[in-house]
Amino acid sequence: MNQVLQIVQDATLTYHQKVLALARLAEANDHESLPVNDAYVKAKEMGIICDLNEGNTPYRPRYIIPDYRILMQKGCAMLELEAPKDLWEATAALLMMYHHVPSITSFPVFLGNFDELLEPFVLKVSKEEAKKCLRLFLAHIDKTLTDSFVHADLGPKASVTGELILELTEEMNLAMPNLSLKYDPEITPDDFAEKAVSCMLKTSKPSFANHQMFVKEWGEDYAIASCYNGLKIAGGGFTLHRLRLATMAKQAESVEDFFARVLPNYTDLLLNGMEDRIRFIVEQSKWFETDFLAREGFVKMENFTGMFGLVGLAEAVNTLLKIEDPAKGFGYNSEADQLGVRIMEALNDQVNGFKSKYCACTEHHYGLHAQVGIDSDGMDNSPGARIPIGYEPALHQQLNHSTLYHKYFVTGCGDVFKFDQTWFNSTQALLDIIRGAMAKGYRYFSGYNADADVVRVTGYLVKRSEIEKLDANQTSLNNATVFGKGARDGGHALDRRIHDQSSR
Amino acid sequence: MLWTVASMTKAPVNRLIPFSNVDGPGNRFALFLQGCPFSCLFCHNPETIHLCVHCGACVKTCPVGALSRVDEKVIWNREKCVNCDTCIKVCPHLSSPKIRMMSPQEVLSEFEPVASYVRGISVSGGECMLYPQFLSELFALIKAKGKTCLIDSNGFTAFENYPELMSLADGVMLDVKAVDDDFHKKICGVENKTVLHNFSWLLKNQKLEEVRTILYPNYEEENLRTVDFISKRVKNVRYKLLRYRPFGVRSQGIELLGNQTYSLEDAQKLVDLAKSNGASQVVCI
Repeated sequence: MNQVLQIVQDATLTYHQKVLALARLAEANDHESLPVNDAYVKAKEMGIICDLNEGNTPYRPRYIIPDYRILMQKGCAMLELEAPKDLWEATAALLMMYHHVPSITSFPVFLGNFDELLEPFVLKVSKEEAKKCLRLFLAHIDKTLTDSFVHADLGPKASVTGELILELTEEMNLAMPNLSLKYDPEITPDDFAEKAVSCMLKTSKPSFANHQMFVKEWGEDYAIASCYNGLKIAGGGFTLHRLRLATMAKQAESVEDFFARVLPNYTDLLLNGMEDRIRFIVEQSKWFETDFLAREGFVKMENFTGMFGLVGLAEAVNTLLKIEDPAKGFGYNSEADQLGVRIMEALNDQVNGFKSKYCACTEHHYGLHAQVGIDSDGMDNSPGARIPIGYEPALHQQLNHSTLYHKYFVTGCGDVFKFDQTWFNSTQALLDIIRGAMAKGYRYFSGYNADADVVRVTGYLVKRSEIEKLDANQTSLNNATVFGKGARDGGHALDRRIHDQSSR
Repeated sequence: MLWTVASMTKAPVNRLIPFSNVDGPGNRFALFLQGCPFSCLFCHNPETIHLCVHCGACVKTCPVGALSRVDEKVIWNREKCVNCDTCIKVCPHLSSPKIRMMSPQEVLSEFEPVASYVRGISVSGGECMLYPQFLSELFALIKAKGKTCLIDSNGFTAFENYPELMSLADGVMLDVKAVDDDFHKKICGVENKTVLHNFSWLLKNQKLEEVRTILYPNYEEENLRTVDFISKRVKNVRYKLLRYRPFGVRSQGIELLGNQTYSLEDAQKLVDLAKSNGASQVVCI
């Protein structure tokens, strides 16, 4: 059957999902606009490098992080909006703008720091009115921004808005939007953080972002967007490509061959492939000249960077050391762990040694990113630098292990933990763990209760009940549900170890 | 009696849990020492009651050959053990062969890798107050790391006799299993005089972190008496009412208390009573 008709007749796709699938198909037919060299194509075919299906003719940056504070202060000429005067106007203005914020998924991957944007308006009305307004706001997001890479931030300060968003998140139990709490134990009060822990157990969100760490790297104006991507506000990420390290390691004749030949070659290919794409986006796609977000200053080109992703560090290390049993490899053996560090150091040096024409906000370098995997990765390349699912050690060992690697990934890295019911009675204990991990350099902590319907698959959220709809050949509004289904089936992403009351 | 052997600074460790969310406030490192002067019929870990007498009954039952007998002693191989607990099930002496003699320094070296994730250590049992010298030495090491130290105790030993230990300990989580002495003897095998004395002494000296009372099916009058007595005195100290659960309880306990969990409805009446008596932090589990 031809591909167009196949999309049109697919019973599991909503109308909107069909439009996007058809658009992707059209773009795939353009082989001229963005030339790629043969070595790049070959490495891609071998599954060693991956452009995450960014398309042959990029017509917007991958991740766009508008500075919505400008909308709150000045309004928007393109949308004929004046600065909002109350909460109803503020939330309506945001919803209008969200509709026009593109990304790789065609949905906005960043909705702003909700509490910072809305608190001045929330404080002017009764709590009841604020809650009613925010409930509609969140429902609108869930039903129209139907892609769970849509992401909003809270914190680090406690606020009435933050409390209401947490309350509503628990009550409404929705997959969209993804939510992060920028957490700093010196700023975020314990009672607010504990509410966030409780909300996270019930609904898989918010996750906890290490505020001190991100501020050190990015300054105060950073966003957590999409899965857990650290990016600059009023900027974004041009592109995210990735090395599939486990697949790459199979090309090496020895550990030394890997470092001397294989890793530098493919790293170089990917860096140049990313640079070609970034130049196309900036110089040829016309996005920065034509889109109102850029023209009106909601984003600035110099605040965008390139994201250099990787998956499969665990399997690469085990392959290079010829370790067949994962329970004796990465995460369990200091030789393996140190080889992981050596790979990260080598990558870090080479990536930071590459000078991009653009990416001024990161001194013309790309930022490393521990990519969360895609459904087609299966079990061959675990996300980023994670220990493979099914082989998770005790919680403290897993956290200690992670802190070896998190510092390298300025554009995002984190892991997901599954907890039993007892943690509802001891949110203090979970907060102690999060705080302790961050003190040791843990970047981004996600968790959920084993019985939750909304679950964090690898970095994004889906409802298990929605995956069941796809299983039954029905549609699911959330575009990410199909990825969750693939990751469940191919990557056992929902079968994480459950940590009990006495997590051993 | 078996537990009097341990007066050195090493103590028999039954289990060590790096992260526990049920042994005191927040996340804690929990250490369980072997041996208990009580023999409560409802005990969930009866294998912690006695030290191993090296009878060897467990050795041949181990499915992975992790147990052996050398010079009349049962030797446990930690590496081989798969923690199926067959040895515990067959032990005729309410004990376990899986005990490590550890010094405070050895415990500290297990504590250090998790120190940043926990508020401190909770030492339980068995009955950890069988090893007060060990506790003093251990707590001195843990306090030097800026972490808190809690004792989880059945109250059999008078705390006032250990001033050095009590100056190091941040608090005691005390079981008051019954205020009626005859009933206490019936279910725990020993009298409760010292337990009640400890309750008052700890309360007065602000070392009472928490009090726990078990709610027993079919013993409503006893439950009422205990909860009433404690809740009239405990004020802001956390008071945990633990509903009896049959899991892990040995047959004598099941005969007396049954195979059912103490009901939530009955527990709620006692929670209400405790609150009306002025206990401000009542938790029912």
